Amino acid sequence: MTTATTLRHRHLLGIRDLEPGEIDLILETALAMKEVGARPIKKVPTLRGRTVVNLFFEPSTRTRMSFELAEKRLSADTLGMTTAGSSVVKGETLGDTARTIEAMAPDMIVMRHASSGAPHQLARVCRASIINAGDGTHEHPTQALLDAFTIRERKGTLAGVRVAIIGDLIHSRVLRSNVWLLTKMGASVIACAPATLMPPGLRELGVAVTYDIDEAVKGADVIMMLRVQHERMHGLFLPSAREYFTYFGLTPARMERAAADAIVMHPGPMNRGVEIDSDVADGPWSVILDQVANGVAVRMAVLYLLAGGEGEG
Amino acid sequence: MAIVMDADRVSRSLTRIAHEILERNRGVENLALVGIRARGVPIAERLAAALKGLTGIDVPTGALDITLYRDDLMRHAVGPQPVIRRTEIPFSIDDRLILLVDDVLYTGRTIRAALDALIDFGRPKAIQLVALVDRGHRELPIRADYVGRNIPTSQQQSVQVRLVELDGRDEVEVEG
Repeated sequence: MTTATTLRHRHLLGIRDLEPGEIDLILETALAMKEVGARPIKKVPTLRGRTVVNLFFEPSTRTRMSFELAEKRLSADTLGMTTAGSSVVKGETLGDTARTIEAMAPDMIVMRHASSGAPHQLARVCRASIINAGDGTHEHPTQALLDAFTIRERKGTLAGVRVAIIGDLIHSRVLRSNVWLLTKMGASVIACAPATLMPPGLRELGVAVTYDIDEAVKGADVIMMLRVQHERMHGLFLPSAREYFTYFGLTPARMERAAADAIVMHPGPMNRGVEIDSDVADGPWSVILDQVANGVAVRMAVLYLLAGGEGEG
Repeated sequence: MAIVMDADRVSRSLTRIAHEILERNRGVENLALVGIRARGVPIAERLAAALKGLTGIDVPTGALDITLYRDDLMRHAVGPQPVIRRTEIPFSIDDRLILLVDDVLYTGRTIRAALDALIDFGRPKAIQLVALVDRGHRELPIRADYVGRNIPTSQQQSVQVRLVELDGRDEVEVEG
């Protein structure tokens, strides 16, 4: 694999559309962006005069703050819209919202939406570059990129790294983006969830599947814990949070089976005592706060790279 | 086309510049070198080695990537974005005399970007500019304090500086 010199598309809708060389370019650029965050003046004039709209149709704290910080560090003008108090609650359709925003001629739109494919719909209408900040249960590309950046920072590479992804997988866009990214970059992935929360078709993507957390953790270099998403569960998926923790919670005792220098990741927000024990979340394995810090650098890299060339669409 | 500086000439120029730096600043006390990526960095490192040879003192050396400060980045949103490399300035520039080092001085726009970038790192006592080649055609009121060689060029020509560290050999060529 050789590092790409440019991104082929002018949107970032999903990891699925990226080639390994493009992923490498984003991660390399993020390395330079991380250094900007360590300066006394954490701001560069790169996107001066560019307008970025943050459209969040779904609650988000860390992703929205992380994007806003990334935009501000690059000197872009930013404005945000969250559903509460917007015209969406008054019944405006996504298409009309998109056209309204398009009329204000922003350069980029960062979008979070509860429906899978919503940013793709926006990309068909808008001239602006669209960055998917999470769409339904489909993809969350910048999360997978910051996870990859964090793994590379700790392990030096993604190739050959053994990654266990454990938790509420069926509702997880983070899982999907991570599976695309990690398999493209040569990591080996094992997925673990209760049968009710395991999406079909993972094996076809080159992912090993288990229902036993001890098997998933065994020998893992990276353990990625995903949140139990109560808000997306309309039905009986789990008997109780306590039972889930007993069978699928990550505890210090379970960590003993992992590789000696294993790291634990979580995209947040965590449910302590449901998917992860506090002693693990706050323990020596945890890189959860590094993930947050790296998120800003990775999003700066994506904003910078998309602000440039007119890709093929 | 024409090789205007060979390895010997590059080497002699850098030695002379090292002497000029010492003479003008009466030593290396409080100096630091910052090379502009890509080719300013090895030149800064060679000057540091020359200054160490003359004085026995290590002059701190850093690398600056000015991509994020360029004034042409957003002018034509058609081409691919330049690849960004890391800036590494592992010392405080506050109250130091900074020797900013680049290979070719041309329009002065790179230096303008570098000055903006440097000043975001702190408040140096002063900044002096070192260029291996000055090819003229300034578009901003900027001049070098130390020049390896002045080379008259036309704007249609390009000047290639090659260095052992990056290109396998030392030479300066005027093309076109």
